[in-house]
Amino acid sequence: MTKRCWILLLIVILAAGFISGQTKTAKITAIRGAKIIPVVGEDLDVGTILIKDGKIEAIGKDISIPAGAEIVEAKGWRAYPGMIDSYAFLGLQEITGVNETVDNRETGRMNPQVRAVEALRYDSMHIPIARSNGITAALVAPAGGVIAGQSVLIKLDGWTNREMVVKNPAAMQIEFPGIRGARGGGGGGSGQRGAAAADAGRLIAELKDLFTKARFYEKRKNYAAKTLTLALPEFDETAEFLLPVVKGQTPVMISVHADRDIRAAIQFVKEENLKAIFFGAEQGWKVADDLKKAEIPVIIGSLYDLPPVWDDGYDQLFLNPVVMNKAGVKIAFASVSATMAKDLPYHAAKAAAFGLDKKEALKAVTIYPAEIFGVEKLMGSLEKGKTANIVLSDGDILETRTNIQKVFIDGKECDLSNRYTELLEKFKKRS
Amino acid sequence: MKNPTIFLVFAAFVLAASFQPASAEGGNLLIKNGTILTVTQGIIAKGDILILNGIIRQIGENINPPAGVKVIEASGKFVLPGIIDSHTHIALAGTNEGSEAITPEADVGAVINADDTAILTALSGGVTMAHTMHGSANPIGGPNVVLKMKWGKPSEDLVVTEALRTLKFALGENVKQSSRTILPGGPPPRYPQTRMGVNAIMRREFLRAQNYMAAWDRYNKLKASKIPPKILLPPRRDLRLEVLADLLRGKMVARCHDYQATEALEFIGLAKEFGFKIAAFEHAWEAYKIADELAGEKIGISVFADSWAYKMEAAEGIAYDAGYCAKKGVLVSINSDSGERIRRLFNDASKTMKYGGLSENEALSLITINPAIQLGVDRIVGSLEVGKQADIAIFNEHPMSAYARCDMTIIDGDAYFDRAALLREREEAAKKAEVAKKGGRP
Repeated sequence: MTKRCWILLLIVILAAGFISGQTKTAKITAIRGAKIIPVVGEDLDVGTILIKDGKIEAIGKDISIPAGAEIVEAKGWRAYPGMIDSYAFLGLQEITGVNETVDNRETGRMNPQVRAVEALRYDSMHIPIARSNGITAALVAPAGGVIAGQSVLIKLDGWTNREMVVKNPAAMQIEFPGIRGARGGGGGGSGQRGAAAADAGRLIAELKDLFTKARFYEKRKNYAAKTLTLALPEFDETAEFLLPVVKGQTPVMISVHADRDIRAAIQFVKEENLKAIFFGAEQGWKVADDLKKAEIPVIIGSLYDLPPVWDDGYDQLFLNPVVMNKAGVKIAFASVSATMAKDLPYHAAKAAAFGLDKKEALKAVTIYPAEIFGVEKLMGSLEKGKTANIVLSDGDILETRTNIQKVFIDGKECDLSNRYTELLEKFKKRS
Repeated sequence: MKNPTIFLVFAAFVLAASFQPASAEGGNLLIKNGTILTVTQGIIAKGDILILNGIIRQIGENINPPAGVKVIEASGKFVLPGIIDSHTHIALAGTNEGSEAITPEADVGAVINADDTAILTALSGGVTMAHTMHGSANPIGGPNVVLKMKWGKPSEDLVVTEALRTLKFALGENVKQSSRTILPGGPPPRYPQTRMGVNAIMRREFLRAQNYMAAWDRYNKLKASKIPPKILLPPRRDLRLEVLADLLRGKMVARCHDYQATEALEFIGLAKEFGFKIAAFEHAWEAYKIADELAGEKIGISVFADSWAYKMEAAEGIAYDAGYCAKKGVLVSINSDSGERIRRLFNDASKTMKYGGLSENEALSLITINPAIQLGVDRIVGSLEVGKQADIAIFNEHPMSAYARCDMTIIDGDAYFDRAALLREREEAAKKAEVAKKGGRP
């Protein structure tokens, strides 16, 4: 290459850099006049949020709005961080009774190899409905069997399944038996399918066996990699996909219900040195101190359910998060649904009706799930530097009557129309 | 516990003990200082309700308690009419007679199970009355029954005799057995298997009933004639057709499980053709598509707030259905159809404020006065008015708030659910357990 060519190339590169740099000087959006509930930190009666490059550029009372910024007038509204559904079937279920549209339950007992993201229907009709109610992220989990597969944390926006991914895998989903063979919390974890083992003890022994196998499998693979004369271990799918869990890279989310099973699960997690999240834990109130001591967070199952043990009390499901929260256990709420994912805030409000501090209830659908899934630097609160997942509402975001006015995901304003509004508008034309 | 029966009896006993008031008030109560949501006559910010012999005798301010009348302090709380569930299947020992397509003789009133713990669940959500229905396994099911949630009372005490007599009909996927797998060598498919067949079989039965009624009319005419024939045999009595005849005579009303707009319109067609009244369509997930027809024919709907997409015919069930239809003048109620959802009907009703823009009071009407009208009991319950039966719920917050909780449920002036008493009992039991643990005597 000649010298002139080099110079030309340099100019081209510089020019390209300049042009792309210019396009990157993305527009600034300023939300002004709203009451700001940042969840982390004090509420602001009136404040401004600046969004740039999909992130919160500035937030506060006296923020000067740069010239040329797009202004969103939010006077009389409130600004919240987008809510996070900690256990949902969004994108895996369309019409629950029509098997052709259901992809959250694989057959068999041990399926660490299946990944929710690979079946995620990004244009599910349920996603825009949940989004229009202020939910901007969700953990989408496979269910059924013992090892149900890998869950994924998604944002509720994107043109393809992969575009929606925030964290993949989010966790390995493991299901312990339900209480007395009864329901395990609205389809999340249950032993009633007959696939789960009858008691947690036997199940744990079986899991430990699989985990040990996985460890040896890796050892043999490593030895073989170093020494050509050592035979490669035969491919073991279960071991292969359990490795990230065994090594503590991927957390396990254990769907566990009865108090004795929760204790056993805590012991199991400790012995195997796993990163763990519990799901369901309907009798968590009985062992709240053990959970706190083990620092294991709990995803509360659907509160649209009856207590699995009648003599625990009619209100036991509602009191359970209250007791655990008071004991210092980190809790988060979940819809455990696709069709009713929009109802996430009402599960939190229900617990508040039975004594959960309202601020804690809000945290349990925002910052707590973000912390539980290790994405607290990205989402869960309105703070400078975080992804601009912002919800503007005309009232308390946990109240049923509140209308969501605008939703921003990655700083981009979302279309709030959905299956509900489309059909309504269509038939309004009749008259 | 090893023996499940013993356990269940024990559990029922424990629950009964905690839900039943230690001593019944004998239907006399004075509720003081609550925010009274009458539903039909506005809101009293701070008022009292005097109940004597199970009837609301006075609503106002500063009512003094007559001697011997227990006072319930309700300051800071919301007092509302007992919630009415227009469509459930609770408290029954059987729901579906699905062996045949036409079973109007199969009356759920004959199999009331007053020991169903779903009654307690209902009470804990402020529900005082439920329309408990035959299932939707066949086009013509059977008569339904309206019950008060009087836990601990014998089944006959639960029955609301003032209510309309209702007959269950069903359309669509359930009755055409869409989810049934026909196995080789197994029983053949039951007629009908299509929506055409569903309408046809009902028309057949109505024609049969008309014929039956005509046979009786002719017999009665001859019998009453001046010179009756010497040999005059009455027509053979048919218990199945007797029920349908009662419907055609206007002594009963139809309650029809329906999802799609087309099948609803065709059922309205049948009602006109044979002259019977449809009180309400159940579920009616496409009612918003035919709201004008429903309002015009004065046919109500009893629907979910937003539980949808659980089967194909529920895939267009939008959350705006109830609110939109209500604004169009359709008489709408929100139902549970469930022994679990029944305790959060107030939450479901409140969703119509967001989806449909109903006011607080309009939303509350969907679970109080509206279902009362649909069941023909609005003269006796459904609102807080002097002279009505004292079926009342007391909530910590406005029942249309997501933070609302039911604290007390009163039927005929007696508290059947009292959260404060229950919490006290729990505390005492915990104390006793603590003492027992230390080896002492309670």
